[in-house]
Amino acid sequence: MTYTSDEMMTVTAARVLQDRMTCFVGIGLPSEAANLARATHAPNLVLIYESGTIGAKPDALPLSIGDGILAQTADSVVSVPEIFNYWLQPGRIDIGFLGAAQIDKFGNINTTVIGGDYASPKVRLPGAGGAPEIAAACREVIVVLRQSRRTFVDRVDFITSVGFGDGPGARHRLGLTGAGPQRVITDVGVLQPDPATSELVLTGIYPGGSVSDIYAKTGWDLQVSANLRELAPPSDLELSVLRGLVATMPASKAAAPEPARQGAA
Amino acid sequence: MAEIVSLAEAIAADVHDGDTVAMEGFTHLIPHAAGHEVIRQRRRNLTLVRMTPDVIYDQLIGAGCARKLVFSWAGNPGVGSLHRFRDAVERSWPAPLEIEEHSHAGMANRYLAGASGLPFAILRGYRGTDLPTHTAGVADIVCPFTGETLTAVAALRPDVTVIHAQRADKLGNVQYWGITGVQKEAVLAASRSVVTVEEIVDELDPRPGAVVLPSWMVTHVALAPNGAHPSYALDYSVRDNDFYVAWDAISRDRVSFQTWMDEHIFAGGESSPLASTAGGSGGSSPLASTAGGSGGSSPLASTAEHSQWRRP
Repeated sequence: MTYTSDEMMTVTAARVLQDRMTCFVGIGLPSEAANLARATHAPNLVLIYESGTIGAKPDALPLSIGDGILAQTADSVVSVPEIFNYWLQPGRIDIGFLGAAQIDKFGNINTTVIGGDYASPKVRLPGAGGAPEIAAACREVIVVLRQSRRTFVDRVDFITSVGFGDGPGARHRLGLTGAGPQRVITDVGVLQPDPATSELVLTGIYPGGSVSDIYAKTGWDLQVSANLRELAPPSDLELSVLRGLVATMPASKAAAPEPARQGAA
Repeated sequence: MAEIVSLAEAIAADVHDGDTVAMEGFTHLIPHAAGHEVIRQRRRNLTLVRMTPDVIYDQLIGAGCARKLVFSWAGNPGVGSLHRFRDAVERSWPAPLEIEEHSHAGMANRYLAGASGLPFAILRGYRGTDLPTHTAGVADIVCPFTGETLTAVAALRPDVTVIHAQRADKLGNVQYWGITGVQKEAVLAASRSVVTVEEIVDELDPRPGAVVLPSWMVTHVALAPNGAHPSYALDYSVRDNDFYVAWDAISRDRVSFQTWMDEHIFAGGESSPLASTAGGSGGSSPLASTAGGSGGSSPLASTAEHSQWRRP
Protein backbone atom coordinates (compact mmCIF):
# COMPACT_ATOMS: atom_id res chain seq x y z
CA MET A 1 0.00 0.00 0.00
CA THR A 2 1.38 3.45 -0.80
CA TYR A 3 1.36 6.00 1.99
CA THR A 4 2.10 9.65 2.69
CA SER A 5 4.90 11.08 4.82
CA ASP A 6 2.26 12.23 7.32
CA GLU A 7 0.99 8.68 7.64
CA MET A 8 4.54 7.43 8.21
CA MET A 9 4.91 10.04 10.96
CA THR A 10 1.68 9.11 12.69
CA VAL A 11 2.37 5.38 12.48
CA THR A 12 5.90 5.88 13.83
CA ALA A 13 4.52 7.87 16.75
CA ALA A 14 1.84 5.26 17.45
CA ARG A 15 4.43 2.48 17.59
CA VAL A 16 6.24 4.17 20.47
CA LEU A 17 3.18 3.74 22.68
CA GLN A 18 3.04 0.42 24.46
CA ASP A 19 0.03 -1.35 25.84
CA ARG A 20 -1.03 -0.24 29.35
CA MET A 21 0.96 2.98 29.20
CA THR A 22 -0.75 6.15 30.36
CA CYS A 23 -0.67 8.93 27.80
CA PHE A 24 -1.61 12.61 28.09
CA VAL A 25 -2.85 13.45 24.61
CA GLY A 26 -2.92 16.79 22.81
CA ILE A 27 -5.33 17.30 19.94
CA GLY A 28 -4.33 16.94 16.28
CA LEU A 29 -1.47 14.67 15.25
CA PRO A 30 -0.89 13.36 18.81
CA SER A 31 -4.52 12.32 19.10
CA GLU A 32 -4.40 10.52 15.74
CA ALA A 33 -1.30 8.59 16.78
CA ALA A 34 -2.56 7.69 20.25
CA ASN A 35 -5.89 6.49 18.91
CA LEU A 36 -4.14 4.49 16.19
CA ALA A 37 -2.02 2.76 18.84
CA ARG A 38 -5.10 1.96 20.91
CA ALA A 39 -6.88 0.58 17.84
CA THR A 40 -3.95 -1.66 16.89
CA HIS A 41 -1.17 -2.92 19.17
CA ALA A 42 -2.03 -1.14 22.43
CA PRO A 43 -5.71 -1.80 23.23
CA ASN A 44 -5.20 -0.99 26.91
CA LEU A 45 -3.42 2.31 26.33
CA VAL A 46 -4.87 4.82 28.80
CA LEU A 47 -5.72 8.05 26.98
CA ILE A 48 -5.94 11.13 29.17
CA TYR A 49 -7.18 14.43 27.77
CA GLU A 50 -6.80 17.74 29.58
CA SER A 51 -10.58 18.15 29.69
CA GLY A 52 -10.39 15.73 32.63
CA THR A 53 -11.29 12.54 30.77
CA ILE A 54 -9.16 9.67 32.05
CA GLY A 55 -9.17 6.41 30.10
CA ALA A 56 -11.18 7.75 27.16
CA LYS A 57 -11.98 5.14 24.49
CA PRO A 58 -13.30 7.07 21.48
CA ASP A 59 -14.28 5.04 18.43
CA ALA A 60 -14.00 8.18 16.28
CA LEU A 61 -11.30 10.84 16.37
CA PRO A 62 -12.43 13.74 18.53
CA LEU A 63 -12.15 17.21 16.98
CA SER A 64 -11.58 18.81 20.37
CA ILE A 65 -10.17 17.60 23.67
CA GLY A 66 -13.66 17.88 25.12
CA ASP A 67 -15.87 16.08 22.62
CA GLY A 68 -18.73 14.18 24.25
CA ILE A 69 -17.34 10.84 23.09
CA LEU A 70 -14.37 11.30 25.43
CA ALA A 71 -16.48 11.82 28.54
CA GLN A 72 -18.96 9.10 27.64
CA THR A 73 -16.25 6.45 27.20
CA ALA A 74 -13.87 7.50 29.99
CA ASP A 75 -13.08 5.45 33.09
CA SER A 76 -13.28 8.64 35.11
CA VAL A 77 -14.06 12.26 34.42
CA VAL A 78 -12.46 14.79 36.76
CA SER A 79 -12.43 18.58 36.94
CA VAL A 80 -9.78 20.65 35.19
CA PRO A 81 -7.95 21.68 38.40
CA GLU A 82 -7.89 18.01 39.39
CA ILE A 83 -6.49 16.71 36.08
CA PHE A 84 -3.56 19.10 36.35
CA ASN A 85 -2.96 19.04 40.11
CA TYR A 86 -3.66 15.44 41.07
CA TRP A 87 -2.91 13.52 37.89
CA LEU A 88 -0.34 15.39 35.80
CA GLN A 89 1.71 17.35 38.35
CA PRO A 90 2.85 14.42 40.57
CA GLY A 91 4.35 12.59 37.55
CA ARG A 92 1.79 9.79 37.35
CA ILE A 93 1.57 9.88 33.55
CA ASP A 94 4.03 7.97 31.36
CA ILE A 95 3.92 9.86 28.10
CA GLY A 96 3.05 13.42 27.20
CA PHE A 97 2.21 13.74 23.55
CA LEU A 98 2.60 17.26 22.14
CA GLY A 99 2.50 19.13 18.86
CA ALA A 100 4.49 22.31 18.21
CA ALA A 101 4.74 25.23 15.81
CA GLN A 102 8.50 25.57 16.38
CA ILE A 103 11.07 23.40 18.11
CA ASP A 104 14.77 24.04 18.71
CA LYS A 105 17.81 21.81 19.04
CA PHE A 106 17.21 21.41 22.78
CA GLY A 107 13.62 20.35 22.23
CA ASN A 108 12.14 23.58 23.55
CA ILE A 109 8.71 24.20 22.05
CA ASN A 110 7.02 27.38 20.85
CA THR A 111 3.25 27.56 20.46
CA THR A 112 2.91 31.24 21.40
CA VAL A 113 4.22 33.82 18.90
CA ILE A 114 6.34 33.84 15.74
CA GLY A 115 8.19 36.86 14.41
CA GLY A 116 8.02 40.47 15.52
CA ASP A 117 8.04 40.86 19.29
CA TYR A 118 5.72 39.51 21.93
CA ALA A 119 3.50 42.60 22.02
CA SER A 120 3.12 42.78 18.24
CA PRO A 121 3.93 39.39 16.79
CA LYS A 122 3.89 38.52 13.11
CA VAL A 123 1.88 35.40 13.89
CA ARG A 124 -0.09 34.96 17.07
CA LEU A 125 -0.42 31.24 17.89
CA PRO A 126 -2.90 29.77 20.39
CA GLY A 127 -0.47 29.78 23.32
CA ALA A 128 0.41 27.33 26.05
CA GLY A 129 -2.65 25.31 26.90
CA GLY A 130 -1.63 22.33 28.96
CA ALA A 131 1.74 21.94 27.27
CA PRO A 132 4.18 23.60 29.72
CA GLU A 133 3.19 21.33 32.59
CA ILE A 134 2.82 18.26 30.34
CA ALA A 135 6.38 18.91 29.13
CA ALA A 136 7.55 19.37 32.72
CA ALA A 137 5.85 16.50 34.52
CA CYS A 138 5.16 13.54 32.24
CA ARG A 139 7.77 10.80 32.62
CA GLU A 140 8.71 11.44 29.02
CA VAL A 141 7.49 13.58 26.16
CA ILE A 142 6.97 12.78 22.51
CA VAL A 143 6.68 15.67 20.08
CA VAL A 144 5.03 15.19 16.70
CA LEU A 145 5.34 17.84 13.98
CA ARG A 146 6.24 18.27 10.33
CA GLN A 147 9.89 19.17 9.76
CA SER A 148 11.09 22.24 7.88
CA ARG A 149 13.54 25.10 8.40
CA ARG A 150 10.55 27.15 9.51
CA THR A 151 9.65 24.71 12.29
CA PHE A 152 13.10 23.32 13.25
CA VAL A 153 15.00 26.40 14.35
CA ASP A 154 18.21 27.10 16.22
CA ARG A 155 16.32 29.11 18.83
CA VAL A 156 12.56 29.23 19.21
CA ASP A 157 11.02 32.72 19.17
CA PHE A 158 9.33 31.98 22.51
CA ILE A 159 9.80 29.12 24.97
CA THR A 160 6.27 27.97 25.70
CA SER A 161 7.26 24.52 26.96
CA VAL A 162 10.71 23.50 28.11
CA GLY A 163 12.62 20.64 26.54
CA PHE A 164 16.22 20.71 27.72
CA GLY A 165 16.32 24.48 28.24
CA ASP A 166 19.82 25.75 27.47
CA GLY A 167 21.39 22.29 27.57
CA PRO A 168 22.62 19.58 29.94
CA GLY A 169 21.45 19.94 33.54
CA ALA A 170 18.85 22.59 32.81
CA ARG A 171 15.83 20.41 33.60
CA HIS A 172 17.27 19.50 36.97
CA ARG A 173 18.09 23.12 37.80
CA LEU A 174 14.56 24.16 36.89
CA GLY A 175 13.01 21.42 39.00
CA LEU A 176 11.31 19.74 36.04
CA THR A 177 10.56 16.24 37.18
CA GLY A 178 10.06 14.34 33.90
CA ALA A 179 12.75 13.22 31.46
CA GLY A 180 11.69 15.70 28.77
CA PRO A 181 11.35 15.13 25.02
CA GLN A 182 12.81 11.69 24.37
CA ARG A 183 11.54 11.53 20.79
CA VAL A 184 10.67 14.11 18.16
CA ILE A 185 8.82 12.37 15.37
CA THR A 186 8.45 14.18 12.06
CA ASP A 187 7.34 13.51 8.51
CA VAL A 188 10.97 12.75 7.54
CA GLY A 189 12.49 11.00 10.54
CA VAL A 190 12.99 10.66 14.27
CA LEU A 191 15.22 12.83 16.45
CA GLN A 192 16.29 11.97 19.99
CA PRO A 193 18.36 13.83 22.57
CA ASP A 194 22.04 12.99 22.79
CA PRO A 195 22.62 11.94 26.42
CA ALA A 196 25.82 14.01 26.65
CA THR A 197 24.80 17.24 24.91
CA SER A 198 20.97 17.13 25.24
CA GLU A 199 20.88 18.17 21.58
CA LEU A 200 18.38 16.50 19.30
CA VAL A 201 20.18 14.19 16.86
CA LEU A 202 18.84 12.15 13.98
CA THR A 203 18.29 8.55 15.03
CA GLY A 204 15.67 7.30 12.60
CA ILE A 205 15.03 7.72 8.90
CA TYR A 206 12.13 6.50 6.80
CA PRO A 207 12.27 4.17 3.79
CA GLY A 208 13.39 6.10 0.72
CA GLY A 209 14.41 9.15 2.77
CA SER A 210 17.80 10.83 2.66
CA VAL A 211 19.88 12.40 5.39
CA SER A 212 20.74 15.33 3.12
CA ASP A 213 17.04 16.09 2.72
CA ILE A 214 16.68 16.10 6.52
CA TYR A 215 19.69 18.44 6.87
CA ALA A 216 17.96 20.79 4.46
CA LYS A 217 14.89 20.80 6.67
CA THR A 218 16.73 21.54 9.92
CA GLY A 219 17.65 25.05 11.06
CA TRP A 220 20.68 23.98 13.10
CA ASP A 221 23.81 21.93 12.45
CA LEU A 222 22.07 18.59 12.86
CA GLN A 223 24.17 15.69 14.10
CA VAL A 224 23.44 12.14 13.00
CA SER A 225 23.52 9.30 15.51
CA ALA A 226 26.08 6.54 15.03
CA ASN A 227 23.12 4.20 15.47
CA LEU A 228 20.96 5.73 12.73
CA ARG A 229 18.46 3.16 11.56
CA GLU A 230 15.78 2.92 8.94
CA LEU A 231 12.29 2.45 10.33
CA ALA A 232 9.80 -0.02 8.89
CA PRO A 233 7.08 1.36 6.62
CA PRO A 234 3.46 1.31 7.79
CA SER A 235 1.75 -2.05 7.56
CA ASP A 236 -1.46 -2.42 5.60
CA LEU A 237 -3.32 -2.86 8.88
CA GLU A 238 -1.86 0.32 10.39
CA LEU A 239 -2.74 2.29 7.26
CA SER A 240 -6.28 1.02 6.97
CA VAL A 241 -7.01 1.65 10.67
CA LEU A 242 -5.45 5.13 10.51
CA ARG A 243 -7.42 6.06 7.40
CA GLY A 244 -10.59 4.76 9.01
CA LEU A 245 -9.96 7.00 12.03
CA VAL A 246 -9.14 10.09 9.97
CA ALA A 247 -12.32 9.55 7.94
CA THR A 248 -14.33 10.11 11.13
CA MET A 249 -13.17 13.73 11.34
CA PRO A 250 -15.05 16.73 9.91
CA ALA A 251 -13.88 17.07 6.30
CA SER A 252 -12.12 20.40 6.17
CA LYS A 253 -9.99 19.87 9.26
CA ALA A 254 -7.01 18.69 7.23
CA ALA A 255 -7.06 21.97 5.32
CA ALA A 256 -6.53 24.03 8.47
CA PRO A 257 -3.42 26.23 8.58
CA GLU A 258 -0.42 24.38 9.85
CA PRO A 259 1.00 26.48 12.72
CA ALA A 260 -2.23 26.83 14.65
CA ARG A 261 -3.36 23.30 14.13
CA GLN A 262 -0.11 22.17 15.64
CA GLY A 263 -0.82 24.16 18.78
CA ALA A 264 -0.49 22.55 22.14
CA ALA A 265 -3.90 21.19 22.82
CA MET B 1 -30.83 32.59 46.89
CA ALA B 2 -30.59 32.67 43.13
CA GLU B 3 -33.25 34.61 41.29
CA ILE B 4 -34.68 33.02 38.17
CA VAL B 5 -34.97 35.70 35.50
CA SER B 6 -34.73 36.09 31.72
CA LEU B 7 -31.29 35.92 30.14
CA ALA B 8 -31.51 39.57 29.12
CA GLU B 9 -32.35 40.56 32.70
CA ALA B 10 -29.54 38.46 34.13
CA ILE B 11 -26.92 39.98 31.85
CA ALA B 12 -28.24 43.49 32.42
CA ALA B 13 -28.10 43.01 36.18
CA ASP B 14 -24.75 41.26 36.51
CA VAL B 15 -22.48 42.21 33.59
CA HIS B 16 -21.47 45.86 33.50
CA ASP B 17 -19.15 47.88 31.30
CA GLY B 18 -15.57 47.55 32.52
CA ASP B 19 -16.23 44.35 34.48
CA THR B 20 -13.88 41.39 34.70
CA VAL B 21 -16.02 38.59 33.29
CA ALA B 22 -15.24 34.88 33.26
CA MET B 23 -17.32 32.66 30.98
CA GLU B 24 -16.18 29.14 31.63
CA GLY B 25 -16.96 25.69 30.28
CA PHE B 26 -14.09 23.52 29.07
CA THR B 27 -15.17 22.72 25.51
CA HIS B 28 -18.40 21.38 27.06
CA LEU B 29 -21.15 23.70 28.42
CA ILE B 30 -19.73 26.92 26.98
CA PRO B 31 -22.30 29.69 27.69
CA HIS B 32 -22.66 30.94 24.12
CA ALA B 33 -26.22 32.24 24.47
CA ALA B 34 -25.14 34.40 27.41
CA GLY B 35 -22.14 35.65 25.45
CA HIS B 36 -24.43 36.62 22.59
CA GLU B 37 -26.64 38.55 25.01
CA VAL B 38 -23.58 40.45 26.28
CA ILE B 39 -22.82 41.37 22.65
CA ARG B 40 -26.44 42.44 22.03
CA GLN B 41 -26.40 44.60 25.15
CA ARG B 42 -23.17 46.15 23.87
CA ARG B 43 -21.03 45.82 26.93
CA ARG B 44 -17.69 47.58 26.54
CA ASN B 45 -14.20 47.55 28.05
CA LEU B 46 -14.63 44.08 29.51
CA THR B 47 -11.70 42.11 30.83
CA LEU B 48 -12.59 38.67 29.52
CA VAL B 49 -11.23 35.69 31.41
CA ARG B 50 -11.35 32.17 30.07
CA MET B 51 -8.93 29.25 29.78
CA THR B 52 -9.86 28.55 26.15
CA PRO B 53 -11.37 31.68 24.57
CA ASP B 54 -13.00 29.52 21.87
CA VAL B 55 -15.56 30.87 19.41
CA ILE B 56 -17.47 32.70 22.16
CA TYR B 57 -14.64 35.13 22.92
CA ASP B 58 -13.70 35.36 19.25
CA GLN B 59 -17.20 36.80 18.80
CA LEU B 60 -17.01 39.11 21.83
CA ILE B 61 -13.57 40.37 20.77
CA GLY B 62 -14.64 40.89 17.15
CA ALA B 63 -17.75 42.73 18.34
CA GLY B 64 -15.60 45.18 20.29
CA CYS B 65 -16.68 44.18 23.82
CA ALA B 66 -13.22 43.43 25.18
CA ARG B 67 -10.38 45.59 26.42
CA LYS B 68 -8.29 42.75 27.78
CA LEU B 69 -8.15 38.97 27.49
CA VAL B 70 -6.85 36.66 30.23
CA PHE B 71 -6.42 33.14 28.83
CA SER B 72 -4.29 30.05 28.37
CA TRP B 73 -5.13 28.63 24.92
CA ALA B 74 -6.66 30.78 22.19
CA GLY B 75 -7.36 28.49 19.27
CA ASN B 76 -10.32 26.92 17.50
CA PRO B 77 -9.94 23.39 18.88
CA GLY B 78 -8.85 20.92 16.21
CA VAL B 79 -9.44 23.52 13.49
CA GLY B 80 -6.87 26.31 13.74
CA SER B 81 -6.77 29.96 14.66
CA LEU B 82 -9.29 32.23 16.29
CA HIS B 83 -9.16 34.85 13.56
CA ARG B 84 -10.93 37.67 15.42
CA PHE B 85 -8.54 37.18 18.37
CA ARG B 86 -5.56 37.21 16.01
CA ASP B 87 -6.81 40.25 14.16
CA ALA B 88 -7.11 42.10 17.48
CA VAL B 89 -3.63 41.07 18.68
CA GLU B 90 -1.83 41.39 15.36
CA ARG B 91 -3.67 44.40 13.88
CA SER B 92 -5.62 45.97 16.78
CA TRP B 93 -8.96 45.37 15.07
CA PRO B 94 -11.59 46.37 16.01
CA ALA B 95 -9.63 47.71 18.97
CA PRO B 96 -6.32 46.98 20.66
CA LEU B 97 -6.53 43.96 22.95
CA GLU B 98 -4.34 43.70 26.01
CA ILE B 99 -3.45 40.10 26.77
CA GLU B 100 -2.44 38.24 29.89
CA GLU B 101 -1.59 34.64 29.14
CA HIS B 102 -0.96 31.64 31.30
CA SER B 103 -0.84 27.88 31.06
CA HIS B 104 -3.96 25.79 31.68
CA ALA B 105 -2.55 24.55 34.98
CA GLY B 106 -1.85 28.12 36.00
CA MET B 107 -5.33 29.36 35.13
CA ALA B 108 -6.99 26.41 36.86
CA ASN B 109 -4.99 27.12 40.00
CA ARG B 110 -5.74 30.85 39.82
CA TYR B 111 -9.46 30.06 39.92
CA LEU B 112 -8.84 27.55 42.69
CA ALA B 113 -7.11 30.24 44.77
CA GLY B 114 -9.99 32.63 44.12
CA ALA B 115 -12.51 30.01 45.15
CA SER B 116 -10.51 29.24 48.28
CA GLY B 117 -10.27 32.85 49.39
CA LEU B 118 -6.49 32.79 49.06
CA PRO B 119 -4.36 35.44 47.35
CA PHE B 120 -2.41 32.92 45.30
CA ALA B 121 -2.00 29.25 44.45
CA ILE B 122 1.13 27.13 44.19
CA LEU B 123 2.08 24.74 41.43
CA ARG B 124 5.02 23.20 39.67
CA GLY B 125 4.79 25.13 36.46
CA TYR B 126 6.03 27.92 34.17
CA ARG B 127 9.65 27.36 35.18
CA GLY B 128 12.05 27.83 32.29
CA THR B 129 9.32 29.15 29.99
CA ASP B 130 9.13 32.70 28.65
CA LEU B 131 5.64 33.17 30.09
CA PRO B 132 6.61 34.84 33.41
CA THR B 133 8.65 37.48 31.52
CA HIS B 134 5.48 38.74 29.86
CA THR B 135 2.78 37.83 32.36
CA ALA B 136 2.21 39.57 35.68
CA GLY B 137 0.98 37.45 38.55
CA VAL B 138 3.51 34.63 38.17
CA ALA B 139 6.36 34.46 40.68
CA ASP B 140 8.81 32.06 42.27
CA ILE B 141 8.01 31.02 45.82
CA VAL B 142 10.18 29.01 48.18
CA CYS B 143 8.59 26.19 50.15
CA PRO B 144 9.01 27.00 53.88
CA PHE B 145 9.37 23.30 54.68
CA THR B 146 11.62 21.88 51.97
CA GLY B 147 13.30 24.95 50.47
CA GLU B 148 12.15 23.90 47.02
CA THR B 149 11.40 26.70 44.56
CA LEU B 150 7.86 26.49 43.20
CA THR B 151 5.61 28.84 41.25
CA ALA B 152 2.95 31.09 42.72
CA VAL B 153 0.11 32.40 40.57
CA ALA B 154 -2.19 35.23 41.64
CA ALA B 155 -5.81 34.42 42.42
CA LEU B 156 -8.50 35.18 39.86
CA ARG B 157 -11.46 37.08 41.28
CA PRO B 158 -13.88 37.92 38.47
CA ASP B 159 -16.63 40.46 39.05
CA VAL B 160 -18.96 37.97 37.46
CA THR B 161 -18.72 34.39 36.22
CA VAL B 162 -21.12 33.11 33.58
CA ILE B 163 -21.65 29.39 32.99
CA HIS B 164 -24.11 27.06 31.29
CA ALA B 165 -25.52 23.99 33.04
CA GLN B 166 -27.91 21.21 32.20
CA ARG B 167 -30.50 21.97 34.85
CA ALA B 168 -31.67 24.06 37.73
CA ASP B 169 -34.58 23.48 40.08
CA LYS B 170 -37.22 26.07 40.90
CA LEU B 171 -35.21 27.23 43.90
CA GLY B 172 -32.20 27.98 41.68
CA ASN B 173 -30.01 25.06 42.68
CA VAL B 174 -27.85 24.24 39.66
CA GLN B 175 -26.73 20.81 38.42
CA TYR B 176 -24.29 19.92 35.63
CA TRP B 177 -22.40 16.81 34.65
CA GLY B 178 -20.06 15.36 32.02
CA ILE B 179 -16.87 17.37 31.56
CA THR B 180 -17.25 19.69 34.53
CA GLY B 181 -14.19 21.82 33.77
CA VAL B 182 -13.35 24.68 36.08
CA GLN B 183 -16.86 26.13 36.46
CA LYS B 184 -17.28 25.43 40.17
CA GLU B 185 -14.04 27.24 40.99
CA ALA B 186 -14.89 30.09 38.59
CA VAL B 187 -18.30 30.63 40.21
CA LEU B 188 -16.93 30.45 43.74
CA ALA B 189 -14.11 32.89 42.84
CA ALA B 190 -16.49 35.54 41.49
CA SER B 191 -18.54 38.26 43.19
CA ARG B 192 -21.63 37.45 41.10
CA SER B 193 -22.69 34.59 38.87
CA VAL B 194 -25.09 33.95 36.01
CA VAL B 195 -26.04 30.39 35.15
CA THR B 196 -27.99 29.58 32.00
CA VAL B 197 -29.66 26.17 31.92
CA GLU B 198 -31.18 23.76 29.42
CA GLU B 199 -34.23 23.27 31.61
CA ILE B 200 -35.74 24.19 34.95
CA VAL B 201 -37.19 21.19 36.79
CA ASP B 202 -39.22 20.74 39.96
CA GLU B 203 -36.55 18.69 41.65
CA LEU B 204 -32.94 17.69 40.82
CA ASP B 205 -32.51 13.92 40.81
CA PRO B 206 -29.02 12.54 41.50
CA ARG B 207 -26.70 12.08 38.50
CA PRO B 208 -23.34 10.26 38.50
CA GLY B 209 -20.47 12.71 38.64
CA ALA B 210 -22.73 15.73 38.78
CA VAL B 211 -21.77 19.02 40.41
CA VAL B 212 -24.50 20.83 42.32
CA LEU B 213 -24.11 24.52 43.03
CA PRO B 214 -26.45 25.50 45.85
CA SER B 215 -28.87 28.26 45.02
CA TRP B 216 -27.31 30.61 47.57
CA MET B 217 -24.01 30.58 45.64
CA VAL B 218 -25.66 31.71 42.40
CA THR B 219 -26.89 35.23 41.64
CA HIS B 220 -29.14 34.66 38.64
CA VAL B 221 -30.41 31.60 36.79
CA ALA B 222 -31.85 31.97 33.27
CA LEU B 223 -33.45 29.44 31.00
CA ALA B 224 -31.53 29.12 27.70
CA PRO B 225 -32.28 25.84 25.91
CA ASN B 226 -29.41 24.87 23.60
CA GLY B 227 -27.59 27.84 25.13
CA ALA B 228 -24.19 26.21 24.71
CA HIS B 229 -24.36 25.82 20.91
CA PRO B 230 -22.00 25.22 19.07
CA SER B 231 -20.59 23.74 22.28
CA TYR B 232 -22.90 21.17 23.86
CA ALA B 233 -24.65 19.98 26.99
CA LEU B 234 -24.14 16.28 27.58
CA ASP B 235 -27.44 14.36 27.38
CA TYR B 236 -29.13 17.38 25.74
CA SER B 237 -27.04 18.11 22.65
CA VAL B 238 -23.86 17.13 20.81
CA ARG B 239 -20.93 19.40 19.98
CA ASP B 240 -21.53 20.98 16.57
CA ASN B 241 -18.10 20.19 15.17
CA ASP B 242 -19.21 21.26 11.69
CA PHE B 243 -19.91 24.73 13.05
CA TYR B 244 -16.45 24.97 14.60
CA VAL B 245 -14.99 24.04 11.21
CA ALA B 246 -17.28 26.52 9.44
CA TRP B 247 -16.32 29.32 11.87
CA ASP B 248 -12.84 29.28 10.37
CA ALA B 249 -14.12 30.71 7.08
CA ILE B 250 -16.80 32.93 8.65
CA SER B 251 -14.36 34.61 11.00
CA ARG B 252 -11.34 34.83 8.71
CA ASP B 253 -12.67 37.93 7.02
CA ARG B 254 -13.92 41.06 8.83
CA VAL B 255 -16.89 41.60 6.53
CA SER B 256 -18.08 38.00 6.53
CA PHE B 257 -17.75 38.01 10.31
CA GLN B 258 -19.84 41.15 10.61
CA THR B 259 -22.44 39.81 8.21
CA TRP B 260 -22.71 36.60 10.21
CA MET B 261 -23.02 38.53 13.47
CA ASP B 262 -25.75 40.75 12.01
CA GLU B 263 -27.73 37.79 10.80
CA HIS B 264 -27.27 35.48 13.76
CA ILE B 265 -26.67 37.62 16.81
CA PHE B 266 -28.27 41.00 16.21
CA ALA B 267 -31.17 39.92 14.00
CA GLY B 268 -31.54 36.32 15.07
CA GLY B 269 -31.09 36.67 18.80
CA GLU B 270 -33.82 36.45 21.39
CA SER B 271 -35.41 39.83 21.65
CA SER B 272 -34.65 41.67 24.79
CA PRO B 273 -36.45 44.65 26.23
CA LEU B 274 -33.19 45.91 27.63
CA ALA B 275 -31.38 45.48 24.37
CA SER B 276 -34.00 47.49 22.55
CA THR B 277 -33.54 50.24 25.11
CA ALA B 278 -29.85 50.19 24.26
CA GLY B 279 -30.79 50.23 20.60
CA GLY B 280 -32.64 53.46 21.28
CA SER B 281 -29.35 55.19 21.85
CA GLY B 282 -29.17 56.07 18.19
CA GLY B 283 -28.69 52.67 16.60
CA SER B 284 -25.03 53.38 16.10
CA SER B 285 -22.66 50.58 15.26
CA PRO B 286 -20.92 48.91 18.17
CA LEU B 287 -17.91 48.67 15.93
CA ALA B 288 -17.95 52.37 15.15
CA SER B 289 -18.39 53.30 18.78
CA THR B 290 -15.48 51.09 19.79
CA ALA B 291 -13.29 52.50 17.10
CA GLY B 292 -14.32 56.00 18.09
CA GLY B 293 -13.51 55.36 21.72
CA SER B 294 -10.07 54.07 20.92
CA GLY B 295 -9.03 56.73 18.50
CA GLY B 296 -10.95 55.80 15.38
CA SER B 297 -8.29 53.40 14.18
CA SER B 298 -10.64 50.80 12.72
CA PRO B 299 -9.94 50.40 9.03
CA LEU B 300 -13.62 49.75 8.43
CA ALA B 301 -14.99 52.50 10.61
CA SER B 302 -14.88 55.03 7.81
CA THR B 303 -16.35 52.75 5.18
CA ALA B 304 -19.89 51.69 4.45
CA GLU B 305 -19.43 48.18 5.85
CA HIS B 306 -20.00 49.16 9.42
CA SER B 307 -23.55 50.11 8.60
CA GLN B 308 -24.19 46.38 8.68
CA TRP B 309 -23.89 46.66 12.40
CA ARG B 310 -26.93 48.87 12.67
CA ARG B 311 -29.49 47.19 14.82
CA PRO B 312 -32.35 45.86 12.73
